[in-house]
Amino acid sequence: MYDGARVRLDEREKEWAVLMRAGNAGDSAAYRRLLAQLTAALRAFAGRGLARAGASGADAEDIVQETLLALHLKRQTWDENGPLSPWLYAIARHKLIDALRRRGRRIEVSIDDFAEILPGADEGKGSVAADVSRHLGELPPGQRNVVNCIAVDGASIDEAAARLSMSNGAVRVALHRGLASLAAKFRSYE
Amino acid sequence: MMDTNELIAALSTDSIRPPAPGRALTLALIPGVVIAICLFLGVLGLRPHFLSLLSEPRFLFKLLLLDLLAALSGYLVLRLFRPSAPPRGAVLALAIPPVLLAFAIGAELIVVPAAQWGVRLIGSNSMVCLRSIPFLGLAPLAAILFALRNGAPERPALAGAAAGLFAGAIGAALYATHCPDDSPLFVAVWYPIGIAFMTALGAALGARLLRW
Repeated sequence: MYDGARVRLDEREKEWAVLMRAGNAGDSAAYRRLLAQLTAALRAFAGRGLARAGASGADAEDIVQETLLALHLKRQTWDENGPLSPWLYAIARHKLIDALRRRGRRIEVSIDDFAEILPGADEGKGSVAADVSRHLGELPPGQRNVVNCIAVDGASIDEAAARLSMSNGAVRVALHRGLASLAAKFRSYE
Repeated sequence: MMDTNELIAALSTDSIRPPAPGRALTLALIPGVVIAICLFLGVLGLRPHFLSLLSEPRFLFKLLLLDLLAALSGYLVLRLFRPSAPPRGAVLALAIPPVLLAFAIGAELIVVPAAQWGVRLIGSNSMVCLRSIPFLGLAPLAAILFALRNGAPERPALAGAAAGLFAGAIGAALYATHCPDDSPLFVAVWYPIGIAFMTALGAALGARLLRW
């Protein structure tokens, strides 16, 4: 039983490394599959971390998204010869601690002043989605349109370029910058 | 509006990959060090008879010691780019230059009569030394911090301190080729002040600039 679980973990580790190397070599389908798998692991990690800190699980998805952005923007710091999960969880831990610290500060400074306008109980997952959308809304229009077109409408680089009358290169750069600014918005949101 | 699946779609479409740590550091250091060398040549310049002085053991030791410090601190910076790469070995290796310097001081105290110790320690150039290390280290520090923004250091202040140490060591290694004071006593007293200043500056800047 124990050995079985361990073999599964080893296999998962191997698969992650293979997918990540493929992604680094330009295989975006492999990379996408990897991100979907990592998301499940990150959700479990964030849920556990929040529970252990005695915090509500409502922010878990927010932390998952912030971690996905960070691991994407920092993927060049993974050593291709090593396993993926120590690197992954180092990033996840960093983001979890950051989120807990921010959340602590946020509550400390604001709870009394804003008591009347605090959201009601029906906000749960909804408030998280609102956060991300708000960050997206704060991006410069050029970046926002490209990110929206690709993320929400599911367009490819070519389709986005045609729809927004931009060159492929300009779409690529705007997408990358947009994701980097999104990560920065998350970070500066106190 | 944007859920996690949509975010994944955007991430997997983004094909722009920032440079790997070694490449980022090298690319940033080239202009940083070129600026430092230009400032060095413009303001200070090599010591006269530089090449023939290389056979002088104190001078050669001073240069090798500072080059070793630069190499070891550069290695530490490179480690700190990556999360989950424990920097312990790289930090421990930084003890090598001070230990070597301690041996050199011991040798100096044996070879040089006690009456001369004070003169050697004070040297003739200490104020220039204090000013020059930060002066020569600033452009490398900016370059190293710029490169580290591509990294994911778990402790930004520590990464900044390592960047400052590396930059201070580069500044010191350059300055050492100008400085006429070669005694290990002088090196042990004055060089660390400039290098420590750069390390503290790096830590302060790193805590702000290297968050991710």
